[in-house]
Amino acid sequence: MIAVQDVSKSFTLHNQGSAVLPVMTGASLQVSAGECVGLIGASGSGKSTLMRMIWGNYRIDGGSIRVGTVELAGAEPRAVIALRRGTLGYVSQFLRVLPRVPTLDVVAEPLLALGVAEEAARERAAAMLTRLNIPERLWGLSPTTFSGGEQQRVNIARGFIHAWPAMLLDEPTASLDAGNRAVVLDLIREAKARGAAILGIFHDEDARAQVCDRLVDVTGFSVLR
Amino acid sequence: MTRDTPLLSVQDITKTYGGRIGCADVSFDLWPGEVMGIVGESGSGKSTLLSCLAGHLTPDTGRVVFDTRSEGPRDVLAMSEPERRMLARTDWAFVHQNPRDGLRMGVSAGGNVGERLMAVGARHYGRIRDEAIDWLGRVEIAADRIDDRPRQFSGGMQQRLQIARNLVTGPRLVFMDEPTGGLDVSVQARLLDLLRGLVRQMGLSAVIVTHDLAVVRLLADRLMVMKGGQVIEQGLTDQVLDDPQHAYTQLLVSSVLQV
Repeated sequence: MIAVQDVSKSFTLHNQGSAVLPVMTGASLQVSAGECVGLIGASGSGKSTLMRMIWGNYRIDGGSIRVGTVELAGAEPRAVIALRRGTLGYVSQFLRVLPRVPTLDVVAEPLLALGVAEEAARERAAAMLTRLNIPERLWGLSPTTFSGGEQQRVNIARGFIHAWPAMLLDEPTASLDAGNRAVVLDLIREAKARGAAILGIFHDEDARAQVCDRLVDVTGFSVLR
Repeated sequence: MTRDTPLLSVQDITKTYGGRIGCADVSFDLWPGEVMGIVGESGSGKSTLLSCLAGHLTPDTGRVVFDTRSEGPRDVLAMSEPERRMLARTDWAFVHQNPRDGLRMGVSAGGNVGERLMAVGARHYGRIRDEAIDWLGRVEIAADRIDDRPRQFSGGMQQRLQIARNLVTGPRLVFMDEPTGGLDVSVQARLLDLLRGLVRQMGLSAVIVTHDLAVVRLLADRLMVMKGGQVIEQGLTDQVLDDPQHAYTQLLVSSVLQV
């Protein structure tokens, strides 16, 4: 479902004397349907860079990344937009939303973009928020005022609201208490059971052990030492 | 999404003012349902480009091909003036930075919305008024303000009224020139949410000129960066902002103040 083949990446910093920073070379990995693969490696080794190339917000300088049938290297913006709408889900570490939009709508939004009726989308959003223990009195408020852990759970609710066939998870259990962490691990197991291909970064070793089928160490792809 | 034809296909648009370049060799395709942002500093040519696309200025060279409802793709610049005017009040809409440029200040709020309906042939007063009330509600203006004139409205309300006036005829393509410029941030957020909802519900395509990178990140699927009349970088919005390739884009992105 997710196939990364011989990918390389460097950054050119034009405003700092055009310094070229090669960060990755020869990155290859596969994630099949129903499988969860964990990325490991020290900070700065390129885990997030690789995730961002798959998500499409970092350009791929060399090699190929395919998600389903879509090739991301050199993809047209509209191909990436369509991929994100229906095929590829992403739980990032940070919630980025319009201020003043109620939490319930933030969570329901991916479904609305897929054409689900407003009422049905809100019902599913409510169920997901309940499951992640966000009290109902907060649903009408914007998540921008929430605590870090609450924001993270809103992010997760949004990231699991649709059954995306491929998913990227960037530290989904960070800053969560034990109860909510268990809910998130269940969500990941359920996604695997329905056949989602999941690629994740987990600093939480116990969570990694519980959900990951395999680990890939990105240190081998790094060109910095 | 169903047909594989861009809604708007812009080819090699160049506009010069005497010896100076307004914009040069701009080409892009806009697909149905897409929102494209154009950013750049003042004088970068973004407003010139928007005016050329919307038919307010005639470019020196190039084509602006729009996928019309009845006749398929046609070069807007080659249309007759009446045809272009018809397009401007049916399938197209233009939201100005200053609501005063897009509204009739001496006409009531309801009249401002109803006028565009009448321009496309609506004649039944009751239905026009109902439609106007419906649209005022959608842009969060209370129905009891329908007979007030825009000059009695706040800046944010005027901008929302301008949007209602533009969208009432169900256009497919909206041009916006700094739609949130000059509004305070709390009003801006509400307007952005409104625009995003309308874009989604109506399946609109839009071209938005702004200098505000936060606005494009939240509203635009795609982004074009202009400098000195040239397009220096374009692509998926978050790719251009998170992984800018061009020196100027890197400078622009790194110059944004963090709140």
